[in-house]
Amino acid sequence: MGRLILEHTLQGHKGRIWGVAWHPKGNSFASCGEDKAIRIWSLSGNTWTTKTILSDGHKRTIREVRWSPCGEYLASASFDATTAIWSKHECTATLEGHENEVKSVSWSRSGGLLATCSRDKSVWIWEVAGDDEFECAAVLNAHSQDVKRVVWHPTKEILASASYDNTIKMFAESALDSDWDCTATLSSHTSTVWSIDFDAEGERLVSCSDDATLKIWRAYHPGNEAGIATPDKTTVWKCVCTLSGQHSRAIYDVSWCKLTGLIASACGDDGIRIFKECNDSKRDEPSFELLTGEESAHEQDVNAVEWNPVNAGQLISCSDDGTIKLWKLQE
Amino acid sequence: MLSYIKRKLSESDSGSNNSNSNSNSTAAADLVRKTSQMSLDNGAIAYGEDALLHELGYRNATDLQETIYDLLRTIRDPEKPCTLEDLNVIYEDGIFVMQPTRSNVSVVRIEFNPTVPHCSLATLIGLCIRVKVERGLPHNIKLDIYIKKGAHQTEEEINKQINDKERIAAAMENPNLRELVENCIKEEE
Repeated sequence: MGRLILEHTLQGHKGRIWGVAWHPKGNSFASCGEDKAIRIWSLSGNTWTTKTILSDGHKRTIREVRWSPCGEYLASASFDATTAIWSKHECTATLEGHENEVKSVSWSRSGGLLATCSRDKSVWIWEVAGDDEFECAAVLNAHSQDVKRVVWHPTKEILASASYDNTIKMFAESALDSDWDCTATLSSHTSTVWSIDFDAEGERLVSCSDDATLKIWRAYHPGNEAGIATPDKTTVWKCVCTLSGQHSRAIYDVSWCKLTGLIASACGDDGIRIFKECNDSKRDEPSFELLTGEESAHEQDVNAVEWNPVNAGQLISCSDDGTIKLWKLQE
Repeated sequence: MLSYIKRKLSESDSGSNNSNSNSNSTAAADLVRKTSQMSLDNGAIAYGEDALLHELGYRNATDLQETIYDLLRTIRDPEKPCTLEDLNVIYEDGIFVMQPTRSNVSVVRIEFNPTVPHCSLATLIGLCIRVKVERGLPHNIKLDIYIKKGAHQTEEEINKQINDKERIAAAMENPNLRELVENCIKEEE
């Protein structure tokens, strides 16, 4: 039995807050929303305060912010169709190319690649060519609808994307012609897949959807012990667990803690829930239980949750109610 | 009702001596929270959904339904010089007060009937309905908006679009679309 303890409630943004992202060091975070500003928060004494406000970078809602693995750069994805790169509080590059709203941005583990996705149905991969230079390496048109989220694998150069077309897709660079190809399509959700996150090893993925379920997927590589067929010697992703009944509306975000293995979800029913893998969970048929939940975590939809990458058990969330909350899981 | 709650509270108090005190104190806090949200002084015994509606100032579900209908009936059709009520796009029976969320927020389903099955403005009407209700009510609400079953050729496609909050937010940042919505939902002087 665990409990979520509310540590701080932070205000500052005007209106809906869409995204929050921990700095890789875990001692500060960035937030963004409909007020078109990015706020960078850090702890001074016992309170979290805004250290910097980055404005003038975008003309419309900022949907998501992500730090580079080195912690030097921040990328922001906006409904104004651009992605901005920030370094030391200055906008140093603006990536243009998407036809309309950019929904998500993600840095690869090495920091050498950046991915973006949009309502224009495409996923773009950008190579970091120099300090402030980004070159488009690929435009991937595998999805048939709006692409909601892109997330890189934690160790390999494999990209996962989630879409309004109800699927998740995996992309990797082909060894033959160095083209980026869609290597897997994960179908099982019955509505929009809003968000995805890998586990620490990258062998499993969790997804959350408008269908009010969470799903756990496992990678089966060629020659796997379970005997799962892998046509064309390509890794197959199989849905091995569906968590339904705990959420009563669309689930907008999910975070798989790389330190503890716990899964946190952000839901349109205002709740935050924490799931733990059962002790008797099986490799090919895992089971998860609700460890604890906060039904009224926020006054309105919870849009994002993220586990602190350094401080185990600390969770951050943001909502349509205009607040950011910091939680501590007490086990 | 009050005595029942008090009894439940004292039960959980006395139970807090046992080893499982953590969950009991949580349950007690939960009860305190729930009771503080109820209006216990208005005579009527309020359970579950009704308690929430009373707290928000409604007599019952029909009262909330009528309040929403009053907000919607004056929305103007994007093309014709009529209201959605005149055209029977909106009707009182199409507003359903559903079971509230576990966080105790009202859930309302609104069904509308486009005038023709290929109506190209169904998405815009859906957007107008959402914006009008969200702005018009003084409290939080969860809205699900749907086209009347069988009333549109691309019903499912439109239903998905008009309930996607990200797309709605982006649409309202588009100056042209926003102007269309504002014109349709503007109250007549």
